[in-house]
Amino acid sequence: MTRRVQNWLFGASLALAFLLQMVPLPDVMLAFKPWWIGLLLVYWAIETPERVGLGLAFGLGLTADVLTGELLGEQALRLVVLVFIVLRFRARLRFFPMWQQMLAVLALLLNDRVVAVMVRGFAGEAMPAWTFWIAPWTGALAWPLLFLLFDALRVRAKA
Amino acid sequence: MPIARDNATLFAEGAVSTLRLIVYLVVAVAVMVLDHRGGYLARVRAFAGAVLVEPAYRLAALPADVARAARTAVVTQDTLARENRELREQLLLAQARLKRLDVLLVQNERLKALLDAQENLGLAVKFARLIDVDLDPFRHRIVLDAGAKQGVEVGQPVIDAQGVMGQVVQVLPNSSIVMLVTDPTHAIPVVIERTGLRTIAYGSGAIDRLELPNIPISADVRVGDRLMTSGLGGRFPAGFPVGEIVAASSSDSGMFTAAIAHPAAALDRSGEVLLLEDQPQPYGPPAPEPAPVRPSAEAGPPAPSREGAP
Repeated sequence: MTRRVQNWLFGASLALAFLLQMVPLPDVMLAFKPWWIGLLLVYWAIETPERVGLGLAFGLGLTADVLTGELLGEQALRLVVLVFIVLRFRARLRFFPMWQQMLAVLALLLNDRVVAVMVRGFAGEAMPAWTFWIAPWTGALAWPLLFLLFDALRVRAKA
Repeated sequence: MPIARDNATLFAEGAVSTLRLIVYLVVAVAVMVLDHRGGYLARVRAFAGAVLVEPAYRLAALPADVARAARTAVVTQDTLARENRELREQLLLAQARLKRLDVLLVQNERLKALLDAQENLGLAVKFARLIDVDLDPFRHRIVLDAGAKQGVEVGQPVIDAQGVMGQVVQVLPNSSIVMLVTDPTHAIPVVIERTGLRTIAYGSGAIDRLELPNIPISADVRVGDRLMTSGLGGRFPAGFPVGEIVAASSSDSGMFTAAIAHPAAALDRSGEVLLLEDQPQPYGPPAPEPAPVRPSAEAGPPAPSREGAP
């Protein structure tokens, strides 16, 4: 029963992340929008690694590309890289204090931006504006909120 | 050697193996290369359009729509009255302009009739609204609520009341995706209204900037010059405002004059846009005329020569 609730929470959170990614914001705030799908996958990969594999990351990335992307496979590649790193260092990430987790998430997201720039460079796109690099910082700031929120939700689901 | 044991612990420790990572990376790269060559994403998106993509777009736009509706519901009468007055003033101004245009139109018709031109100036347009969805803040795309079922085609120019906004790059069943003129991968052939100089305006990636990096150094370009579409290239019809030059200086290499222009269209504010129906000119040079009556030996340029005409 709790298993089913957890599955439901997992699916709903990912669907919500996709929508949040596309919800319009005022122009000045656009650059600050964190990469919700990435953040959420990091969370689920740390907490329930049996659910999150590279295959899921790849599939979700393809979905994201179909929804918002420009090149099929770009976000799939970025998510696979992200999830791989998280799963590899999961044992350590899990027991980090919150501020270290934030730093780790920041590093992950910055690394993801580098990967994105590389992919877009190969695809022949111009170097994005410097505001491209703001989102990882807001993502790292949003991490504690997301972490605490979903921990509370999962505790409630278990009860 | 302990290599084998190292590997074993490596695989045992992490649930995820490097081999699988490599496989997925290779697949992702292959998909990207294929898509880059073949443009499969557009086809997948068109295929999944009705069931997945469009509902997701509408759903994502919902909060903004609700917020707007709420604002309209609670807006004070004072604001409404002010807005009404402003709109009326704008309407007056627009009508005055239209009157002047009417005169020009009549004059134009007469001149065109004189020139025996077949094209008319009547613009067939389709009205469309923006769906408020953010696809990627670093790529300048907007989503419209008209698609293939409403007769939208890839390549249709999109304008608003002030000028050219961009062109349709992808069509879904009931919505379409438009690339704005400020997208870094967009270029539009323009002509400087005052001097008639032809050049190309590139998107800069900033919503309020167009770049004209290669104007001849001897050309006469001033701040305040207006840019119009030149109609060359066959994508945008001629004579629509594109922008206004706000800065002009020598380029870094010193070989050209580089100018910065401000787009004329309200790219970040427009809620309603017009899709131009008629594709302006056929792409490429005009078709050669049927073989001339008089036999001519030389295989000259295909363009019909006017010299023989009385």
